[in-house]
Amino acid sequence: MNVVVCVKQVPDPNSVGQLDPSTHNLRRDGVEVVLDPGDEFGIEAGLQLAEAHGGTVTVVTMAPEKGLDAIRKALAMGAAKGVLVSDPSLAGADALTTAKVLAAAIRREGFDLVITATESTDGYTGVVPQALAEYLGVPAVTFAKAIESDGSSLTVRRQTEAGYDNVEAVLPAVVSVTAGVNEPRYPSLRGIMAAKSKPVDRLSVADLGLDGLVPGQAIVSVQPAEQRKAGEVVEDDGTGAHRVVEFLAAKKVI
Amino acid sequence: MPLDRVWVFAEVLDGQPITPALELLTRARSLGGTVEAVCLSPEAESAAAALGDHGATTVYAGTDPAYADLLLGGPGADALAALAAEHSPDLILFPTTYTSRDVAGRLAAKLDVPVISNGLDVSVDGGISVESSIFGASQNVSTRFEGRGPALALIRPKSFAAEPSGGGAPRIVPVEVPIADQHRSARVVERVIDKATGPKLEEAPIVISGGRGLGDPKNFALLEEFASLVGGAVGASRAVVDAGWVPYAMQVGQTGKTVKPTVYIACGISGAMQHTVGMKGAKNIVAINKDADAPIFKLADLGIVGDALKVVGQVIEELKARQG
Ligand SMILES: Cc1cc2nc3c(=O)[nH]c(=O)nc-3n(C[C@H](O)[C@H](O)[C@H](O)COP(=O)(O)OP(=O)(O)OC[C@H]3O[C@@H](n4cnc5c(N)ncnc54)[C@H](O)[C@@H]3O)c2cc1C
Repeated sequence: MNVVVCVKQVPDPNSVGQLDPSTHNLRRDGVEVVLDPGDEFGIEAGLQLAEAHGGTVTVVTMAPEKGLDAIRKALAMGAAKGVLVSDPSLAGADALTTAKVLAAAIRREGFDLVITATESTDGYTGVVPQALAEYLGVPAVTFAKAIESDGSSLTVRRQTEAGYDNVEAVLPAVVSVTAGVNEPRYPSLRGIMAAKSKPVDRLSVADLGLDGLVPGQAIVSVQPAEQRKAGEVVEDDGTGAHRVVEFLAAKKVI
Repeated sequence: MPLDRVWVFAEVLDGQPITPALELLTRARSLGGTVEAVCLSPEAESAAAALGDHGATTVYAGTDPAYADLLLGGPGADALAALAAEHSPDLILFPTTYTSRDVAGRLAAKLDVPVISNGLDVSVDGGISVESSIFGASQNVSTRFEGRGPALALIRPKSFAAEPSGGGAPRIVPVEVPIADQHRSARVVERVIDKATGPKLEEAPIVISGGRGLGDPKNFALLEEFASLVGGAVGASRAVVDAGWVPYAMQVGQTGKTVKPTVYIACGISGAMQHTVGMKGAKNIVAINKDADAPIFKLADLGIVGDALKVVGQVIEELKARQG
């Protein structure tokens, strides 16, 4: 089973984000970037499937040069190959452009299964997996909490608002995985060494035969939001519970 | 810019449209133009009455039985694309639910028009824009559609209250778009509902949420007891959902549910921005946390610095005493 996993390099989720005041793109300078923690689950899922059924895992990312670090981490975990699509024209690309570019890169590799996270930690538009599936002409089995496979089809436990659905899908397909779908492995020292000699293809938009990628949306304003004000904070001296009950009574909910 | 036609994509659950779709119909009524709904479910016709009640004058109803067993993303996008080509809506609103996200994402690719996600509102002055908030709701962003339509927007549940319009029964137009074979390779073989007692998280007047500070999954029983005494519902932070303590259906926050109860009580939750975006719309917030510097206290109306288990235990005692 040949698996392609889409990954992204994001500003450290523990840092507070900022938009560039003139371009309204996410500022990436001065912030540490890391492999999106949500992508580690997808890489792990891909590796487990390839280990069980044969085949390899290729990681694809659309990113500035820095994105190479995300690829290296995935290669160190066990992926066989990386593809980095880097192009100045892609700065600030929207979800649709991202899906278009990823689809073109994935088609070039060939695949039985494409795995993504459900959304990126920084942009979280949450529609790239679905748009990608549309461009690739395959079903998108989204929000997977568990994946099993016999090699040619998948059984996926798909998150729903009310619980979950059990979905059966014949490959090829796109699957988006939720955090917690598995326990991502740590790269071993050997893995880290081996990653250095694994192949990484570098592609531009022109290499993919794409052009005219014009985003159909523009940020027109960014304003500070009104913030809630802190109320009273009291140390629990044994009367804390009583304070809570009084508060509920004052708000007439009990 | 007045709009001619606004559509709402309405999923159906147990024969009724989901509430977030009714919220969007309510909002759509004030955007000007004709408000219509698209509903793809074997039960679409029975759901149409409620859609009409909330302002849809027409319901495009696709009743193919296969809609019940397929993932709606592919066939939903196909049907909407065909309907949009015929009727040219200016704007299609989708609630931010798993399935509507699937439909909207595929439709965007199919029509080659953008979809704007995580919306909290739409505005139509000077072009169609979607309002959203970023960085833990510290900033409001307005994003405008440029180029050709239809504009596609995913709007978070609970952004508006659903209110009936007093409108009559809608006109029902059957949707005859065939389901392509390509979409039949993935099938839903079973739907499992996590059992929940008491009021739904999104509707309860009191939501009591627990986080990692509760220390152990079994301590959620204490929150359940508290909730049952006050007619509330229990929520959770993602940390404890990811740890498998409680089901995902209980998660509040950016990647979980948005709740706006009269009182939200955060027990052992630090107040990460991804959590607070899901609850900062509560009318009142109470926080119990042993760390006086926990960020949750910055938005709490009442903050108790102390051990959540101890305080909740005593609250239960006092409530029981009050109720006799
Ligand atoms: C893309 C993305 C999406 C996310 N989406 C969500 C989301 O939807 N919802 C969500 O909740 N999180 C979400 N998160 C995670 C979020 O960033 C936090 O990690 C999470 O909310 C923390 O959960 P917590 O408060 O339970 O745990 P912690 O942050 O570990 O906090 C535990 C708190 O408990 C307190 N405590 C410890 N013991 C006690 C005690 N005995 N009594 C009282 N207090 C005690 C501590 O002081 C601490 O403040 C998301 C993160 C990312 C990156």
